[in-house]
Amino acid sequence: MTKPIQNKTSGLQRHLELSDIGIDFPTAKGPFCALKNLNLKISKGEFISLIGHSGCGKSTVLNIVAGLYQATTGGVILDSAEVNEPGPERAVVFQNHSLLPWLSVYKNVELAVKQTRNGRSRAEMKAWVEHNLDLVHMTHAADKLPSELSGGMKQRVGIARALSMQPKVLLMDEPFGALDALTRAHLQDSVIEIHASLGNTVIMITHDVDEAVLLSDRIVMMTNGPAATIGEILDVDLERPRDRLEMTDNIKYNQYRHAVLTFLYEKQNKIQTVSRVKADIARSKKKSSSAA
Amino acid sequence: MMKTNIAPVIFRKIQQNVIRERFFAGLNAMLLPIIGILIFIALWAAVAKNIDTSLGEFPGPTQVWEQSFILVNEHKAQQEKAEAFYQRQEKRNAKRVAEDPDYVPTLKIFTGAPTFFDQIWTSLYTVAVGFFVASIIAVPLGILCGLSKGTYAAINPLIQLFKPVSPLAWLPLVTMVVSAVYVSDDPMFSKSFITSAVTVSLCCLWPTLINTAVGVSSIDKDLINVSKVLRLNAFKHVLKIVLPSSIPAIFTGLRLSLGIGWMVLIAAEMLAQNPGLGKFVWDEFQNGSSESLARIMVAVLTIGVIGFILDRLMLSIQRRVSWDKSVSLR
Ligand SMILES: Nc1ncnc2c1ncn2[C@@H]1O[C@H](COP(=O)(O)OP(=O)(O)OP(=O)(O)O)[C@@H](O)[C@H]1O
Ligand SMILES: [Mg+2]
Repeated sequence: MTKPIQNKTSGLQRHLELSDIGIDFPTAKGPFCALKNLNLKISKGEFISLIGHSGCGKSTVLNIVAGLYQATTGGVILDSAEVNEPGPERAVVFQNHSLLPWLSVYKNVELAVKQTRNGRSRAEMKAWVEHNLDLVHMTHAADKLPSELSGGMKQRVGIARALSMQPKVLLMDEPFGALDALTRAHLQDSVIEIHASLGNTVIMITHDVDEAVLLSDRIVMMTNGPAATIGEILDVDLERPRDRLEMTDNIKYNQYRHAVLTFLYEKQNKIQTVSRVKADIARSKKKSSSAA
Repeated sequence: MMKTNIAPVIFRKIQQNVIRERFFAGLNAMLLPIIGILIFIALWAAVAKNIDTSLGEFPGPTQVWEQSFILVNEHKAQQEKAEAFYQRQEKRNAKRVAEDPDYVPTLKIFTGAPTFFDQIWTSLYTVAVGFFVASIIAVPLGILCGLSKGTYAAINPLIQLFKPVSPLAWLPLVTMVVSAVYVSDDPMFSKSFITSAVTVSLCCLWPTLINTAVGVSSIDKDLINVSKVLRLNAFKHVLKIVLPSSIPAIFTGLRLSLGIGWMVLIAAEMLAQNPGLGKFVWDEFQNGSSESLARIMVAVLTIGVIGFILDRLMLSIQRRVSWDKSVSLR
């Protein structure tokens, strides 16, 4: 089920390639190596989930693909051009929506549409803004300010804004992390629906195993930092459309789920048991007393 | 739906409580300031009686109240005089033109001593110009400092050096420079006006500059990332992201600046004998009549009220341009 690192897409046309990515952050105590030797090939229209323990470097990977961070070694290649600055063809949905609070929902999306005009006329731009708001079912709140929206609605608008740029790659950093389970399920359905109709390439960071299995074509599991890299890649071979309720009884689904959980909690266990912490403390106490 | 009979009763109780709370809150909002003012006036009246100066007893509320009416009447009288002066002049001119059609009438300007209200107007005008000039320099410069660490590093020592300088130290320099540089046969503004305005500007610069720079440099990093992903150019970045998000900080700076500017102006006018409320105070002091202190007290209160109104004015502008209507502005 879980395979060692290899890419199933080697035969296909290369779309997005992360090759030998490494990054050092300068800190007070010298450079901190967050990522090392990270390789990943993604084909067009693929839905990739990045999963791993907190602080392992998922956001860093996403930011490098977005062009917001520069990799220290290696690089990102999108459609045979190197990525070295942020741009609308790699749209980002930020974790905390990041809508401009002084612009209405409509104006927030409009700003993105104006920046990626593609020779649209004024009327066409208006239609395009409305179309994208419609995709995320937010047309009714077009004139509201972000502060007047619920968390889920804000995230929808963030997605609409990203989609309106017609990105080659859609990058989402824990897009539903701050939402309650019900809203989260709604938005997941929206994303499934949108991905089915538009076929964007998507990289999504998540902490939620169910979310990863339900949405992804492949789940990329990262090892713990420092010098984090890809531990395993899981191909999710489930028929689309996937139905949330049917999935709970699906044997394959549960196997995938189990595989991810095994990786996170056995192979990359970060959570220390109480007894181990106690043992550590006892050991360090002994050390300090013997030193004195 | 509520099925029990108790629910509506409780609900009504809660409603009553809410109404009562609102009533008391409203009462407090009205009543407490009035009580404060009344106590102040009572204390003032009590203390004033016991202070004897060389110009007589320190003016209490009643004397000040009377003087304020006298000042209004003086202003009215002066206006009537001016009116009469112009009417006489017009009549005389009309007569001469009738006698001699070639005669070109000249209009002389009435030059009575400026009244209290003329001085208020002069001061207001001066502070407005000085503040405006300072703001159109300080806001863009502050944005530049906030955006670019290099600019900030270059300008910061100057800010730190000049910020604590008292306006009155600038005054002699400004006066000399203005009289040396601003030479014109038909000056649009008087030199004293320029001197006062420049002094105000010099002091208004810093709070706006510093607050703008801090506001701009502390913009939410995510919003900056949004701007990068959208590839907004520098101009659009400032217009769409930087300005709106630093409006609160900019206005904090502007309000501080205006407050300082108003204080500085009065002091500068006193010291430089430039027309304005400061000069009014100084003249009355030199005058040394028995009413002088009461008249100065009227000026002091006026200065305070105008300062307060200016601040409220800025606040209402801030309310209008600020996108975040939910924050309480004080
Ligand atoms: N700008 C930076 N400077 C220094 N260190 C950084 C910087 N950004 C990230 N790091 C470090 O790199 C590591 C990875 O951080 P990152 O934000 O990518 O984690 P993450 O996997 O997204 O975590 P989470 O799931 O909690 O969001 C962390 O140890 C973090 O401290
Ligand atoms: Mg993260």
